Amino acid sequence: MVASLYAPSEANKALWVFLETEGDGFASVSVELLSKGRDLADRAGWTLCGLLLGSDISDRANQAYQYGADKVWLLDHPLLAQFDVCGYSHATMQAIKEGKPSVFLLGATANGRDLAGRLAVRLRTGLNADCTDLILDEDRGVLISEVTGFGGGVIALLESAEHCPQMSTVRPGVFVATKPDPSRQGDLVEMKVKLKKADIRSSIVERHVGEGVDLTQAPVLICGGRGIDGDFESLRELAALVDGEVGATRPPVDEGHIERERQVGQTGVVCRPKVALNFGISGAFHFIVGIQDAETIIAINSDPEAPIFNHADYCVVENTHKILPALIAMLKRERESVHA
Amino acid sequence: MRDLEIIVCMKVVPKSEEIRVDTATLLLERTDVRSEINPPDMNALEMALALKDDQPARISILSMGPLFFEPILRVGLAMGAERFFLMSDRKFAGADTLATTYTLAKGIEKIGDIDLVFCGEESADGATGQVPPGLAEWLDLPQVTLATELSVDRKKRIARVRREIKGGYEVQEVDLPAVISVKTASNEPRFIDYHRKPWAFEEAEVVIWGHDDVDVDDEYIGLTGSPTVVSGLREAEVRERRKEFLRGSPEEVARELAKRLQRILT
Repeated sequence: MVASLYAPSEANKALWVFLETEGDGFASVSVELLSKGRDLADRAGWTLCGLLLGSDISDRANQAYQYGADKVWLLDHPLLAQFDVCGYSHATMQAIKEGKPSVFLLGATANGRDLAGRLAVRLRTGLNADCTDLILDEDRGVLISEVTGFGGGVIALLESAEHCPQMSTVRPGVFVATKPDPSRQGDLVEMKVKLKKADIRSSIVERHVGEGVDLTQAPVLICGGRGIDGDFESLRELAALVDGEVGATRPPVDEGHIERERQVGQTGVVCRPKVALNFGISGAFHFIVGIQDAETIIAINSDPEAPIFNHADYCVVENTHKILPALIAMLKRERESVHA
Repeated sequence: MRDLEIIVCMKVVPKSEEIRVDTATLLLERTDVRSEINPPDMNALEMALALKDDQPARISILSMGPLFFEPILRVGLAMGAERFFLMSDRKFAGADTLATTYTLAKGIEKIGDIDLVFCGEESADGATGQVPPGLAEWLDLPQVTLATELSVDRKKRIARVRREIKGGYEVQEVDLPAVISVKTASNEPRFIDYHRKPWAFEEAEVVIWGHDDVDVDDEYIGLTGSPTVVSGLREAEVRERRKEFLRGSPEEVARELAKRLQRILT
């Protein structure tokens, strides 16, 4: 068996979270991981640490404490100003060798996955990707990661008890962020990072980031599947009336009817809205994963046998092209009568 | 300037829409399930082929898996790849990401002297997307994941890659050789070239490498080399829902829905 860089017996009872910077703060998933990590650390009596990489970002450590971190490992270096997976891997390795955490969690974002994939190999450890839940077995000091098995409603529990750190990535929206506590304080561990220009192996020559949508935070989600025949215009109209966001199953995304960032489900976004309205969606398990935590689920499908009806609170067996215009007209009338 | 040496990593997966899970045994019912090339790998191959349309290159398909992959992946030869290497041995089986990337990296090293390695964004069955960065790490190469467009400057030995990020895109430059993962559905994989068909499906010699053909450390391959252990399986809990059917004309149903929406949202 391959031995990891350090053995579980040498590891500290610490749970590390990679803090992905975004705007003036952190990516939503980093905050969600701190919240979940706080809960796990409290139960097990472990330390929760945030790993913060960047240039001139020490002021963000306070935010990490407020969301639950006991400690922040700060790796501040001009060459870390932009995310470069090779540079970040190099710097993170130095901190991990020093801190020897038992568990290391990262958000399953584009950059989080890149970093996790490289580090797991460098550390010779196991990596569980896209986990839907995390459990810490405090007696054994083992992280148990839940992942959904493909195609069907099976949950697999994965662990890598013989290797350290135990690494997992979690998608945005799987865990709920707790409210920050402004009075919470923590300890800063400043690390001298050894990094040279040659360690950075990519250069960003152009970047364009628009508004972007964050379906994980939408209270109303209007989803369309094959059955709406690409009519996302109507879904957008409906969404505008109820302050919702439009999502989709994979086929309309693959067919180019709607942007990929709006794909809901196992290979898309996992959401937890107040209500999810589903039009023309049969309800394959890999889609259901993305909406199953909605408070209320409404499904409209012409096929009475569609599996989605097993997952819905309110079911309508009807052609979506008949219900959509009627519902839009109804909501418009209501709105007008309110304004009148 | 020499021709570009390109490797495209590909695999075969069961057709996802045909997979059923036996709820009693929690095992996948594989009987009668047809196999297909992992759809994201077709996008990886297409990006490599498009590059070859543009400049001199040689494309090699690399796969790890059972021998039944061979006839299926010959499609890649018919689409335009020149060579096909299949790493197939019982000792490679049961590999998680660490062991898979190690074994594939050993295959890439054996092919040798490459400029680009293309992978699909993720596999339809594992869906972890961790193979491309893992490969890049074993090979000590730079990586760009989720690529939607790519161009290569052979003289400067640079790849310029557009990649998707949250809410937008960025363009990165990396030195060759590099590992690139291709965003699913970012291009339209071409049809097979009928002139290549007889060669691709009958004449072309596929190189099959077993355990003894590659320089691997047994501690790093297959189940032995995989730190990740499945410690339990259970059926996903389905939250009980009301399953209340609303009936009537579209207008009546719309009224009922609007009423409920209002109740939920206020």
